[in-house]
Amino acid sequence: MGFSMADTGVVETLLQRIEKVDGGVDSLGVAASLGVDHQVIVGAVKSLQALGDVISAELRSTKHWELTEEGTEIAEQGSHEARVFNSILLEGLPQAELMKLSFGKIGFSKAMSNKWIRVDKSYEGGPRIFRTVESIEDQVREKLLLVKQGNAAQLDEKEKNELKKRKLLAEVTVKSYWITKGSSFSTTITKQEAELTPEMIATGSWKEKKFKPYNFEAMGVAPNCGHLHPLMKVRTQFRQIFLEMGFSEMPTNNFIESSFWNFDSLYQPQQHPARDQHDTFFLSDPALAHEFPLEYLERVKKVHSEGGYGSQGYKYDWKMEEAQKNILRTHTTAVSARMLYKLAQQEKFTPVKYFSIDRVFRNETLDATHLAEFHQIEGVVADKDLTLGHLMGVLHQFFTKLGITKLRFKPAYNPYTEPSMEVFSYHEGLKKWVEVGNSGVFRPEMLLPMGLPEDVSVIAWGLSLERPTMIKYGINNIRELVGHKVNLQMVYDSPICRLDS
Amino acid sequence: MPTVGVKRDFLFKALGRTYTDEEFDELCFEFGLELDEITSEKEIISREQGDSKASGASDVILYKIDVPANRYDLLCLEGLVRGLQVFKNKLEPPRYRRVSPDSGGPQRLIITKETAAVRPHAVAAVLRNITFTQERYDSFIELQEKLHQNICRKRSLVAIGTHDLDTISGPFTYTAKAPGDICFRPLNQTKEYTATQLMSLYRTDSHLRHYLPIIEDKPVYPLIQDSNGTVLSMPPIINGDHSRIRLQTKNIFIECTATDLTKAKIVLDIIVTTFSEYCAQPFTVEQAEVVYPDGKTCIYPELAYRKEKLSAEFINKKVGISESTERIAQLLTRMCLLSQPTGVRDEIEVEIPPTRPDVIHACDIMEDAAIAYGFNNITRTTPPTYTVANQFPLNKLTELLRQDMAAAGFTEALNFALCSQEDIADKLGKTISQTRAIHISNPKTAEFQ
Repeated sequence: MGFSMADTGVVETLLQRIEKVDGGVDSLGVAASLGVDHQVIVGAVKSLQALGDVISAELRSTKHWELTEEGTEIAEQGSHEARVFNSILLEGLPQAELMKLSFGKIGFSKAMSNKWIRVDKSYEGGPRIFRTVESIEDQVREKLLLVKQGNAAQLDEKEKNELKKRKLLAEVTVKSYWITKGSSFSTTITKQEAELTPEMIATGSWKEKKFKPYNFEAMGVAPNCGHLHPLMKVRTQFRQIFLEMGFSEMPTNNFIESSFWNFDSLYQPQQHPARDQHDTFFLSDPALAHEFPLEYLERVKKVHSEGGYGSQGYKYDWKMEEAQKNILRTHTTAVSARMLYKLAQQEKFTPVKYFSIDRVFRNETLDATHLAEFHQIEGVVADKDLTLGHLMGVLHQFFTKLGITKLRFKPAYNPYTEPSMEVFSYHEGLKKWVEVGNSGVFRPEMLLPMGLPEDVSVIAWGLSLERPTMIKYGINNIRELVGHKVNLQMVYDSPICRLDS
Repeated sequence: MPTVGVKRDFLFKALGRTYTDEEFDELCFEFGLELDEITSEKEIISREQGDSKASGASDVILYKIDVPANRYDLLCLEGLVRGLQVFKNKLEPPRYRRVSPDSGGPQRLIITKETAAVRPHAVAAVLRNITFTQERYDSFIELQEKLHQNICRKRSLVAIGTHDLDTISGPFTYTAKAPGDICFRPLNQTKEYTATQLMSLYRTDSHLRHYLPIIEDKPVYPLIQDSNGTVLSMPPIINGDHSRIRLQTKNIFIECTATDLTKAKIVLDIIVTTFSEYCAQPFTVEQAEVVYPDGKTCIYPELAYRKEKLSAEFINKKVGISESTERIAQLLTRMCLLSQPTGVRDEIEVEIPPTRPDVIHACDIMEDAAIAYGFNNITRTTPPTYTVANQFPLNKLTELLRQDMAAAGFTEALNFALCSQEDIADKLGKTISQTRAIHISNPKTAEFQ
């Protein structure tokens, strides 16, 4: 780090000035007396600061009044209203002509309010303006000239604010330094060494040298590294939570599902709005699925159309073609259905806990918090005699691992669970209860046709992955998190994911 | 979730007390409703069309309440009030009765075989000596609209028509005719139109044009006429102006035509149970007879009360509480499911009224018991299920790979699975069939194909 020739000169002069004075000097004053731009002095101050405690510089700000561009124009040429007055000769001036002049409009209204002129509207040939007084005092111009000469103090606050309102004056903040001697003040600048070399040690010359202190506050060079996507980081944490609770992962590596597994096996009727063109992505190729466990399918058909297993059924005509339609799955519950069916085929029932975190697709209108594809988190427990109280208990354990301990439950409706509960947690920041998930007990019409024993209950809950991620990482628009339009800097900068704090 | 807008002060008057917004919100939470928004007509117009259009609109406070999608009985003020009053033990669940007419035979609706091609089913009923006020009238129209949007699947499954019985005379015929043969003066119009003309007329109507495709391409259109040939309606599009309901109407003939008979019956039951409270004989509905093309006759409305037996133990076990049989019967009665212990062990007989078509299994009854008990009063317990967890091998490997790839200096990207055909074929110089991609038949934008 060195000085340029010009700088050195300024720096030394500055040091000399400070030496001569008992107290300190003002940077603005020094700049004015040396005839240099204030920024040059500021530069010198900063260079000196880097050398250690040679000087002590205190930042001050002062305000002073300055003319704006318009103000300067008026100071030179007179105010608009004065010029209007001066343009009106003894015989008056047509209003139309006056308005053509650059200062006409504003000047006219001001001169009228000062009662310097009057308008004769009924004059022949159009409205004409006449002087009402013989001569005027252009007070505005006089005041501005005072400020220009540096005598702003002669005006009182009210006058200054009025001119400020008319945008003729502006209050400008100027930052300057008050410079005093530092603890190691000297008029000579000695260059500080940046490195201790072996030669210095060998010759002993280090004893006479001044060393630049290490700056431990400086930012270092960022190492080259890779980054994991924040959504995936959150996913990893949720996976951990489930595994810690003894939940096994379900195979969800199929984005495409048949309507049968996605809807029918879950006892969602074929006329349900969610199966609409508006909410689900249907495939044109491959359009239909063909392999189904046929006996099970028959039982599903029956429970929809006629009832059974203690149910009245939906009583409509169940169509095979509808069930065959391939779709992009709308929830991972379709996978849960497959797994429960598989469980039911076992010789002997064993209790299970399953989870999945994977992508689902909804053909909805897109906005700041909704995309066509997102990730769903789902947990399922199947065991004998599970109750609603157990579901609440599992939810409490799950959410406690996320650092959420205050929960409330609200009755809700899902086609495939009964009872259904929406889960709310108390948000300390917003001071209100917000929904954090949906849960329920699967309907017997779904479980019994699969072949599960009657005393087996299956409880389940789900939430989206994107929502907690957006809250945790402070992202408001989902497109900034997922997809190809994401700012990669966000990925680079995202901190580690700690869900419980 | 369907949203019902009710005037707050009317609601409180009907409930017999006022609530603060927080108190009402709490009540909704307990019952399973959601107080979505508190606004006024003025605010709505102001928000949608600007303040200038809003001046002169009412600033009566409106509550917008979200109702579960399967509770058709709560889709209007009358239904909400009844549900909440019974829930709070202020009211006994009403008993709905189907009655014969005081004189003469029941109104008859005769279905001809032509309807089979387009809209085969129909049900009907009569509300006798009803008294409307402006609010009741508005509510009546609004309920039909809500039902149309929900269970009727935008009129495609069921279409409702309500008519002033004193302006028409039965027996009524439900038939289907070629569009050119249908000519009548529809609601709010001054002259007659043929059905073909109506199709063009309503093509630009923001409300009705959505329903035109339901019958447009059929060879015949459904039509209901009275014995004088006066057209009551051309379902599912529009009713005739002649039989329109007015504030002064005293007797109402209701017909529902449908492609799904079960839903038509439910819809009819909901309408008559909700508004029969305003009849001179409250909660009674006059029956009507529907005659099928094969001569079979059915009496409507069904207003069936179904009985189901279950044990207190079942409820206690499934919910995770332990209440006495009597107490559980009381809890269920609060949900409009009138219940009595039978005296045999802990058996309870539950009567499911026609207002609760959503109850199709014992588990629905069990949920209602839990709601009446209060979800947040249930003790939470941990399931004793012991399991050893397993990771899905594919995911396990993926997690390991991710870590090391990032350590090697790569940044993880998360892309969409859905893309356009161009992105994977044209832009890469391949034909689309080479890519083995799957194709979507109903993308909303060209980005997702």
